[in-house]
This record gives sequence, structure tokens and C-alpha cells, in this order.
Amino acid sequence: MPATSHRIIVTVIGKDRVGIIAGVSAVLAGAGANILDISQSVMDDFFVMIMMVDIEHAGLPFAELKARLNAKGEEMGLKIDAQHEDVFKYMHRI
Amino acid sequence: MSASRYSPQEIVETIRMVQMENLDIRTITMGISLRDCAHEDLAVASRKAYDKVCRLAGGLVRAGEDIAAQYGIPVINKRISVTPVALVAESSRADSFVPMAEALDRAAREVGVNFLGGFSALVQKGTTRGDATLVASIPEALARTERVCASVNVGTTKAGINMDAVALMGRTIVETARLTADRDGLGCAKLVVFCNAVEDNPFMAGAFHGVGEPECVLNVGVSGPGAVLRAIEKEGQADIGALAATIKRTAFKVTRMGELVGRAASERLGVPFGIVDLSLAPTPAQGDSVARILETMGLERVGTHGSTAALALLNDAVKKGGAMASSHVGGLSGAFIPVSEDIGMIEAAGMGALTFDKLEAMTCVCSVGLDMIAIPGDTPAETIAAIIADEAAIGMINRKTTAVRVIPAPGKKEGDMVEFGGLLGRAPVMAVHRESSAAFIARGGRIPAPLQALNN
Repeated sequence: MPATSHRIIVTVIGKDRVGIIAGVSAVLAGAGANILDISQSVMDDFFVMIMMVDIEHAGLPFAELKARLNAKGEEMGLKIDAQHEDVFKYMHRI
Repeated sequence: MSASRYSPQEIVETIRMVQMENLDIRTITMGISLRDCAHEDLAVASRKAYDKVCRLAGGLVRAGEDIAAQYGIPVINKRISVTPVALVAESSRADSFVPMAEALDRAAREVGVNFLGGFSALVQKGTTRGDATLVASIPEALARTERVCASVNVGTTKAGINMDAVALMGRTIVETARLTADRDGLGCAKLVVFCNAVEDNPFMAGAFHGVGEPECVLNVGVSGPGAVLRAIEKEGQADIGALAATIKRTAFKVTRMGELVGRAASERLGVPFGIVDLSLAPTPAQGDSVARILETMGLERVGTHGSTAALALLNDAVKKGGAMASSHVGGLSGAFIPVSEDIGMIEAAGMGALTFDKLEAMTCVCSVGLDMIAIPGDTPAETIAAIIADEAAIGMINRKTTAVRVIPAPGKKEGDMVEFGGLLGRAPVMAVHRESSAAFIARGGRIPAPLQALNN
């Protein structure tokens, strides 16, 4: 059923550079969101970092957090996005 | 490790579908029964209908926006369908149902939805007094309201085709165009003539809340031509079987989003979840085109030989993928081929690669019919009726929904451009046959229901 999860998946796509994790972590910490897991890989010559984040105790709505992450991405020259875990669960698992 | 539940490929695919391929929830449509709003005084019936729509749909737009924010997937339209108004308004002795259309228009504006469907009548076997009043009210209702959509079902496989109603709808379309001539006949873009209309379709302009439906229900329409296009592009030179498999997989994923959003909306509003309609519904946006999918399969332009086969393959694969993904797939589910709403169709029609007759052939295998086609403003009502009859015959014989939504653009001739604006797009005026069908239409009567065996 929807909305059972408080987890979101944050993706960072772009060229690898120093300070990506620090930058994204700072935004998440500022929002009271807890990072559960980080993985990174290279796909089609792009650096892809994926974070599983718990926002149950976050102090701001998801849409607001997403906007802050988008803004951070623009600042760092990366594409940063966040999506609710249920979206992936529904799309890729039955 | 929790993030490793999903592979990076899966995660990136989802992000790409939403951000770059226009994957969205096209519509959340709330179906509302107005059967309990009938009253011998139409003013009372209209007030009851207004109150009920406002009461049940008051939270619809907010719920759609909240869900879009929660899941990060755009929910483009929030809409309402109601019981065919002919059934609701018939108890009154009113000689026009326009006041009820106006009441529903006010309700739609009040709750913030952009369209409300169901100014409708089901006349496949014959016409009651209320049906006749409704059809007579359509031109004025569509001219005087902004958000109300009308539809009339003139045939079914079980009942045959009501040719008197077909003739009447030809005249009704002409009159609707005349009353909205200042807007290029825009009223006709809100009027659909069906054969085998479905009762749970969430897509406009043909949505209505069928008589077998519950008190209130949520139906979700998902789209995603962009996602299918990209998946096919990635397949490169794959053979047709591989293409079909790719389309199925993509349709599955897109439909799952509809299932997710439908369940969330249903829970939030306390209204039962009806169906997911997976229709590849194009928009005029670049990359959101069904025509481009067919062209990517290897056709130089949509409308050339091979287009019907390519569309048949696409339509069937979409249905198969969608059917697996949701516990209740319904509505129209397939590929729409509206001309004015699809950049590839607009181009092909403009250069003459796509003709009216080829479109008719393609409707034999797509999910609906002749949709959003501008035709010359001087097209006789009997010719439009004959277009409807042809399309209804295709639906009747093939046991599928077909529809006609043509716009005889006032003052326009073949090759002119008609601008409807927004999601309705723009269309080049397409040629229709000039030879008369009037004597055939003038016969009236009914086309008998077809034999359902001996199909060879």
C-alpha cells in the first residue's frame, strides 16, 4: 500500500568531483533527514550516486526538500533529484 | 543494504522517465453518480447536482497536488465524470437542459477541475424524450460553458447503430461549430460521438460515469508516449517481436505508476479506486507523440503504408503490458491518435502524408477513433453523419470502442491551420470526400446488430 514508507531515494548524476557527498549530506542534515545507505557507480560515462534517506523525522515537507536538493545540484553543476521509494517499488517490483 | 534493493539502472530509468520522457499521471478522474439528483423541476435537479459535485469533489484537486508532491510525479489533470445527464434531467419537463450544463460548469470551476464529462446520452437503440432534449441542448451548452464535455453513444455491437441518431449528430456537430465560430468551432472539441462507449473512461472529452458504476469512484489515466518512444529508440534494429516485448515492459512500468497514484488518491479521499486506464495519449509537446513512435519503428512518416500494422502492434503491446501491471485495467487503454494533439500527426497531415482515409483505417486497430480532426467548415451535416456511421460500423463489427471528434472549422478550407490552444493543440484542415452521402443518411432507421459467430 502507498505511503507506508518514509524513505526517499536521492540520485546525483553528473561528472565526479570533490565534495559531492559533503554537499548533499549538508542539505539532508539541515532538513533532519537521515541517510541510510549510499552507493555509487558509473553508467554511460556518468557518475551516479544513490542515497536511501529516511525522512520520517524531517522538519520540512518532501517537496521542499526536493527543491533544496535541486538547487544544490544547480549550484554544484550536477543533477540532483529525490523521489519517494514507493515509486521505485511499484515500478520495478510486483 | 537498503539502496541496493534497486539497481542503479532501475533507479536511473525511473528518474529519466519522469524528468526527460514526460511520464506523468495524465488525469485523476472522479466519477460521481447523479442518479439521486433527478427532480421534476430542472432548477432543483441542477442545484442538487451542483451541491453533490462540490461536496464529493471538493478535495480532489488538493489530493492530486499533494500526491504529485509526495511522489514527485506530475498529476496533470484533475477531472470529473458524471452520470449521463439525459438520465438525470429527464424527469423534469424542461425543454432545454442547458441550465444543468451551466450548473455543472459552475461546480467544475468551484472545485477547480478543468473538465467535467457526462453531458451525455446513450441512444444506440432509440431515443427517449430526455435523450432528444439533451442532444438538442448540446450546441448551446457547449457554447455557453467552458468546462463541460458532451458525448453521445449511437451504436453498440449488441444493439447495432441508430442511424437516426447518427444523422442528428451530424447536424449537432455543424450547429455546435456555428455557435462557437468565433473560436474556430472549439465546441466540437468537447463533443464525442461513440460506438461501444465505455463506462469508466477517465479521459476527456468522452468521460461519463456509467449506470453500472458505484456512487463515487476514482479512475486514473496514465500516459507515456515519451517513455515508449525512448525505449524503442534504445532497441535499435531489433525485430518486431523484440519491439513488442520492449513496449510491454515500458507499458507495465508506466501503469504501475497509475496504480500507485490511484491507490494513494483513493485512500486520501476515502473513495473506492476504480481502474487504471493506460492510454498513450499524446500532447503537442515535443517527444510526447504517438506518431513519432510509429516513425521510430521505421516509417518515414506516419500515414504511409505500414502505419496500420505498426499501430496495431503498439496498441496490443500497450494493453498486454498494462493488463499485467494493475489489478483493474479499464477505460480505453491503448494508443490514442488525435491529430491536433500530436506534433507528428500535425506534421504528417500538413504535408499530405496522413489522409483522412488512412486515419480511418488506423482507427480499426487503435484504442478509440477519429479524434481532433479539423475538416472544412462547409462540410455538409450528412457527410459528417456518414463519417460517424463509418466509424461506428468499425466499432460495432470489431467489438471495440470507436469515436468521432471532428471539428468543421467555420470559414476554413483544406490546408488552413486551426488553433485550439493548450492541450487541444492545432490542426491542419484535412480534406474529406466531396461526393454526397446525403441519400444514404436520409434513409434513417437502424443498422441491425451484427452476427457474432461465423467470423471467418
